Amino acid sequence: MVLRLSSARIESPHAQCSPSVPLHRAAGEVTGALTAVVSVAALLLAAWCGFATARDQPTKDWHLIGMAVVTVLALAQLVVGIVEIANGHKPTGGTVIFLAYAVGAVLTVPAAGFMSLIERTRWGSAIGAAGGVVLAALELRLVEIWGGGHG
Amino acid sequence: MAEAQPTQEKPRRKIGEGPGRLLVSLYGLFTVAAGSRSVYQLIAQYHKAPLSYWLSAFAALVYAFILVTLVRGGESARRIALACCGVELAGVLVVGTLSIVTPSWFHDQTVWSYYGAGYVCIPLILPVTGILWLRRAAGQPEADPLPLAEPQPADA
Repeated sequence: MVLRLSSARIESPHAQCSPSVPLHRAAGEVTGALTAVVSVAALLLAAWCGFATARDQPTKDWHLIGMAVVTVLALAQLVVGIVEIANGHKPTGGTVIFLAYAVGAVLTVPAAGFMSLIERTRWGSAIGAAGGVVLAALELRLVEIWGGGHG
Repeated sequence: MAEAQPTQEKPRRKIGEGPGRLLVSLYGLFTVAAGSRSVYQLIAQYHKAPLSYWLSAFAALVYAFILVTLVRGGESARRIALACCGVELAGVLVVGTLSIVTPSWFHDQTVWSYYGAGYVCIPLILPVTGILWLRRAAGQPEADPLPLAEPQPADA
């Protein structure tokens, strides 16, 4: 990859284009890492809330703080995604679809948290667990939509 | 004088609470998912597979209807929701089977293709749990007279 990039730089007289390429690739790796982090966090949240369901307990403050953390991660993913699209990345599944799923991913866990605050039983915790599983599923779709190659 | 009696509940059956609230959440999720998907596909790529997209739109409509009846509650809403869950189950089974037997009818996936495999089979699980829950809710007395301390033996 390094060889190919450097040879392209020599061949191309338009030197202004080349500095943006490494930056872009670095940002692509950030997106991949963020997706993995969000997925793991979502599944941990699901397990944690599932545990509360099994113990017949409603969600507590710590569950809601956990939901907030997962939401912030999903929000960071959306922001990085927007920055990368602004830098010229074309999601293979379509830009509109990517943004729709990324916004959905941000809203999923807060919606589950809201429902778990209304339902102060074990079933509220079950909703929190479902929210985590749904977010993890959304992350799988986001990876597909974003496309394999980071460039 | 007795404006608020703690033992007197509303005569409405609480089909949207407890386990029902989980169903409300999932039906809300699928209303949004199927609805936004079908609206986008009907607008952006209608000619690719109109039948598939109209089927997704129909699924979204059924989900939305069940969502509203669950939230509203009451005996008539419960019966309507039960009927809609029947429609939903029939839809998943028919479309799921057709998508395997005659794939040429569908040029793109619907929410119900392959029994909802694209959605972790939740489209198949949801109507079944919905029907079970709504049937169980029918057996409950209207103004739940059970004391809170008594554990319910029929807890699923």
